[in-house]
Amino acid sequence: MNVSLHRRVGAIALTGALALSLAACGSDDPVAAGAPAGDATEAGSELSGELVGAGASSQESAMEAWRAGFQSANPDVNVSYDPVGSGGGRTQFLEGGTDFAGSDAALKEDELTQAAERCTDGEAIEVPLYISPIAVIYNLPGVDELNLSPAVIAGIFNRTITTWNAPEIAADNPDATLPDLPITPVNRSDESGTTENFTEYLVATAGEAWPHEASGDWPVSGGQSAQGTSGVVQTVQGGEGTIGYADASKAGSLGTARIKVGEEWVAYSPEAAAAVVDASPRAEGQSEHAVVVELDRATTASGAYPLVLISYSIACTAYEDPAKADLVKAFLGYVASSEGQEAAATSAGSAPISDTLRTDIEASIEAIGAGA
Amino acid sequence: MTTTTSPTAPVGSPGGAPQPPRSARRRWPEGRATRAFRWLATGAGALILVVLAAVALFLIVRAWPALTADGATLGEDISWFPDDSSLLRFVGPLVFGTLLAAVLALLIATPISIGIALFISHYAPRRLANGLGYVIDLLAAIPSVVYGLWGAIWLAPRLSPVWQWLSETLGFIPLFAGPAADPPRVILTVGVVLAAMILPIITAVCREVFLQAPRLHEEAALALGATRWEMIRMAVLPFGRSGIVSAAMLGLGRALGETMAVLMILSPGALYSFNLLQAGQHQTIAANIALQFPEADPTGVSVLIATGLALFVITLAVNMAARAIVARRKEFSGAN
Repeated sequence: MNVSLHRRVGAIALTGALALSLAACGSDDPVAAGAPAGDATEAGSELSGELVGAGASSQESAMEAWRAGFQSANPDVNVSYDPVGSGGGRTQFLEGGTDFAGSDAALKEDELTQAAERCTDGEAIEVPLYISPIAVIYNLPGVDELNLSPAVIAGIFNRTITTWNAPEIAADNPDATLPDLPITPVNRSDESGTTENFTEYLVATAGEAWPHEASGDWPVSGGQSAQGTSGVVQTVQGGEGTIGYADASKAGSLGTARIKVGEEWVAYSPEAAAAVVDASPRAEGQSEHAVVVELDRATTASGAYPLVLISYSIACTAYEDPAKADLVKAFLGYVASSEGQEAAATSAGSAPISDTLRTDIEASIEAIGAGA
Repeated sequence: MTTTTSPTAPVGSPGGAPQPPRSARRRWPEGRATRAFRWLATGAGALILVVLAAVALFLIVRAWPALTADGATLGEDISWFPDDSSLLRFVGPLVFGTLLAAVLALLIATPISIGIALFISHYAPRRLANGLGYVIDLLAAIPSVVYGLWGAIWLAPRLSPVWQWLSETLGFIPLFAGPAADPPRVILTVGVVLAAMILPIITAVCREVFLQAPRLHEEAALALGATRWEMIRMAVLPFGRSGIVSAAMLGLGRALGETMAVLMILSPGALYSFNLLQAGQHQTIAANIALQFPEADPTGVSVLIATGLALFVITLAVNMAARAIVARRKEFSGAN
């Protein structure tokens, strides 16, 4: 009795579920098939099509948020982004393989001439839409706050300061009880924009303490290193007395050091990161529609956090297909909007661009499509 | 057909009447099938050669720009290429690191594998042996990225105190010179994880070989009063020696090419160093390719492919050496 009742209930539930799923299938298909067709007839009123991008992996998680936000507003647009790396992204874009690129560096001179060709007599636009603070992360139990001046950071990462209770560190942290523990600096093992920005910062601020050049590849050989931001964070977590640098949003529960700017100790924050971009001048020698920032790493502006990574979105003023231009324009417009920047801040921990910067960026984006 | 022609005939006659045509009909498709199968088999055999040649050709063609360029220009073009160096000097430490990691893995895995295989073939009760065999085979099915995660996140923190102890007590041996790196992202950790990865294949081959050991030899040994261990030493191991070597070489092949686990566990460096417990000393070819490829420009890709060519040559050499060993030992193995 009991068994048969169970069986019957089960059978009914199964039938119901089947019916539901079948119904779902039935109603789904016509919608999916009908939407693009219906849209093609009324093109212009709504955007549709394929938007392909590739480039810096730093933008990847922000791009996820932007893609989701943009596609929910424009359901017929399909945005894809391949995080192949900045160099690869620029190359693919210049060769016409993608519609836009993400890059941690602005276009170089020879790339600008290539861009003119790719952009069908237009120009390349470069806009900084992703600003991310880089944190100096450390794993030192018992030390919750750490002040590090640029010279000390350089000394640690150049392995001239080798223990945590070294006088150089102790001088800046009178209140902390620093253990007698060897310092294990952790760097990125792959070529990366984070490393490039970090070394740029050290070159600009640390003076003689940092004898190496800025480069995307870590200049000091030997020692601990790991692939990718998550690898560095995991390695810093895995040992005691470790210190590394990583995208601030991925720092997790690790301690983050305050760095010395002027006479102040500044902790990373989205506002502080945006502040340094505003305080920095624009780079020369770029195209008219490029908003390229010459980061002033040695800034002494109050409340600015100069250890940031800027990643640009690169597109064309003119595309062979005007519809493509509209798509790119709409997408970048959304990314630059406060809504888009908020979305990236929530999901990727980036710093939203300031309103002054947005005005310039919007003027550049306005130029898309005007050239055709 | 049979029902209409001979409804009343006994069972033998309807079968007998159509037999000649049917067998003729069968011989034709059979001949064609045989021929088709032969061609298919030959084609499959040839395909493997074609694939091998194609891979070699691809590697050489794509590596050519790097092979012909001189070190100075490569150093200028590629950020991770050491300045005033040459391709040979760049590949050298990578080859060294690759071989070191693989040899460490082999040193750890081979004795354990032989032990497991002997346990399964000669010691364990049959039901347990079957179950254990399945488990070992299952280990081989785990993707290497999972081994990498396991090694980096779970195993490494647990190995740290062991390596610390090793460097403190055996630090006078240059191999274990301290201080041991913390976190232990070192070549010895990689060796342990690689050993776990190649364990299944070595065990599986060894097990099969040990099971083939001539029963009569074993029984003769036992009849002469040998203990089980003596029997294994006298009858099973000599017979299985060439099998053990080829099993180890199969494992070595896998260890040489392993990428993800090394990439996730090792802090890379480019030195000819025997410091097994220090970070930033070694790197393997495969892991280096995976690490540098995403941001590499065309010249960089060419250099990476040149290192891939080196790995290809090493793997080929290892396999040929294994074949040579197996062939030379065959006569003495007792298999005949």
